Amino acid sequence: MATPTMTANLGQAPSSSSFHRSFANRRTAGNAILTGLAVLLSLIAMFPLFSVLYMLLVKGAALLGPSLFTELTPGAGMEGGGIGNAVVGTLVVVVIATCLALPLGFMGAVYLAEYGGESKLATLVRFSAKVLTGMPSILAGVFAYATVVVATGSFSALAGGAAMAILMVPTVMLTAESALRAVPAKMKMAAFGMGATRAQTVLRIVIPTATPGILTGVMLALARAMGETAPLLFTALFSDYWFEGKIRQPIASLSVLIYNFAGSPFEHQVSLAWAASLVLVSIVLVLNIVAQVATRRPEEH
Amino acid sequence: MNTQELSPVMIKNSEPARVAVKRAASAGSDPNVVMDCRIKTLHYGNFLAVRDTDIPITPNEITAFIGPSGCGKSTVLRSLNRMNDFVNGFRFEGSVHYRGQDIYAPGVDPVAVRRSIGMVFQQPNPFAMSIFKNVAFGLKLNGFKGDYAERVENALRGAALWDEVKDKLHTSGLSLSGGQQQRLCIARAIAVEPELLLMDEPCSALDPIATRRVEDLMLELKEKYTIAIVTHNLQQAQRVADKTAFLFVDTTAGGRTGYLIEYRPSAELFEDPREERTKAYIRGEFS
Repeated sequence: MATPTMTANLGQAPSSSSFHRSFANRRTAGNAILTGLAVLLSLIAMFPLFSVLYMLLVKGAALLGPSLFTELTPGAGMEGGGIGNAVVGTLVVVVIATCLALPLGFMGAVYLAEYGGESKLATLVRFSAKVLTGMPSILAGVFAYATVVVATGSFSALAGGAAMAILMVPTVMLTAESALRAVPAKMKMAAFGMGATRAQTVLRIVIPTATPGILTGVMLALARAMGETAPLLFTALFSDYWFEGKIRQPIASLSVLIYNFAGSPFEHQVSLAWAASLVLVSIVLVLNIVAQVATRRPEEH
Repeated sequence: MNTQELSPVMIKNSEPARVAVKRAASAGSDPNVVMDCRIKTLHYGNFLAVRDTDIPITPNEITAFIGPSGCGKSTVLRSLNRMNDFVNGFRFEGSVHYRGQDIYAPGVDPVAVRRSIGMVFQQPNPFAMSIFKNVAFGLKLNGFKGDYAERVENALRGAALWDEVKDKLHTSGLSLSGGQQQRLCIARAIAVEPELLLMDEPCSALDPIATRRVEDLMLELKEKYTIAIVTHNLQQAQRVADKTAFLFVDTTAGGRTGYLIEYRPSAELFEDPREERTKAYIRGEFS
């Protein structure tokens, strides 16, 4: 490519070269091919998600309507009914799980981020949490069965919540820790420089600044736990009746409903399982979107 | 000009001041010295960071710490409100007398020390909260029970920021420009009306126009407060400081130990430095 005139002026770009892009150039062609490949593979990666959503919409939307949410699950072979008790049940179990997991995970995160540092205890806690995030969810169910169900003598919403909480704690703790750590050191120094104690700095500066990130962690943990069936199967069990404020009794849930009805020989129950799946996915999707929006720190407010 | 008028007075003051402070330790406070900094040694672990640096800081004046990078000027400043306590392995020998007490005496609570001394950092660091809450932060911390709106307004006026933010006090402090953020930090520091304001290269992250505004502000603030400022900008020290302390870094023992070379009224130090090293530094022979 080098023009003869260039030899006198080493290092200078060839003056005669064109700036036009040409696919004859190997680099340009390679660039285009790889970019195209990357786009294609990304689309393929998205395909399962969208095909599942499409399937749910096609099969589940048929039964969508007010009665789906206001009526109880129908018995075998019966028509009509809804999944109202399961929607309420899922929400109740999730609330119980959050009440158990949030304080534990959040306080743990504050310890890890602000006090524990790299101490042995903190390292151990962090390691355990990481291992727990990968734990099969059915083990959480077995654990809650062996403790809460056996101890109280009955399947219950409480046991279901406890099982779900076990799944949530590590996620809440680890995401909250990273949110707390992401608070700039210079802000903490500003607080210390004003004469704030460590506790005041944590309470008034670090936690409020990290709140959007902590909420994201909670939402993500919730969204994940909500879809789990295994931990509820032998803890919350199921119930064909409305929740009446008694958390010591078995309770319905969307995930267990799907599990039970999907394999049912009755067409209508299978349809309800589809509708329940659509509802569950929608709730999870909304939670994820809320989490995304909450993370956006309001710069102008 | 201001500094030249003041300088004869200061020469007279500086020596008696030191003598007076020795009395002050037992007899209360000396009006000619706000903070009497006497560092014998300052270690980080085994590393001797600063030695032999005595800087009595005089009231209603701006004292600048200058010197080549690594000379410990920020370290000295940070030892004046015990911010170095956050560094692992920090050890201090010497004394820093403030309001008649050695802030390094056993039993002194560093948190209490910091409450009465304002600090402005190199990077503007407003909290992720509204402008109003930023300024009110220190007041709340001190359990202030009076009129917050008034104190916040006064502090913002004092920091020459009021006119720019009075209509958006409840927007985030982070939405301001860098220069405004730094003035917000100054407002936050002076809201609690500290006697002494420590500024650690407060303009190094600012553009020249914002820098000038902060410098003008410092000159206004010294009417009410005493200011100690670290700067790597010699012109800045010349423009604003009444007194300048020149620190140098001693590498002879294999380490990098900062120590005070000379501490005098700025006009004298810049026009007629006594020490060869000061002369060389001011002429720009090293930095």
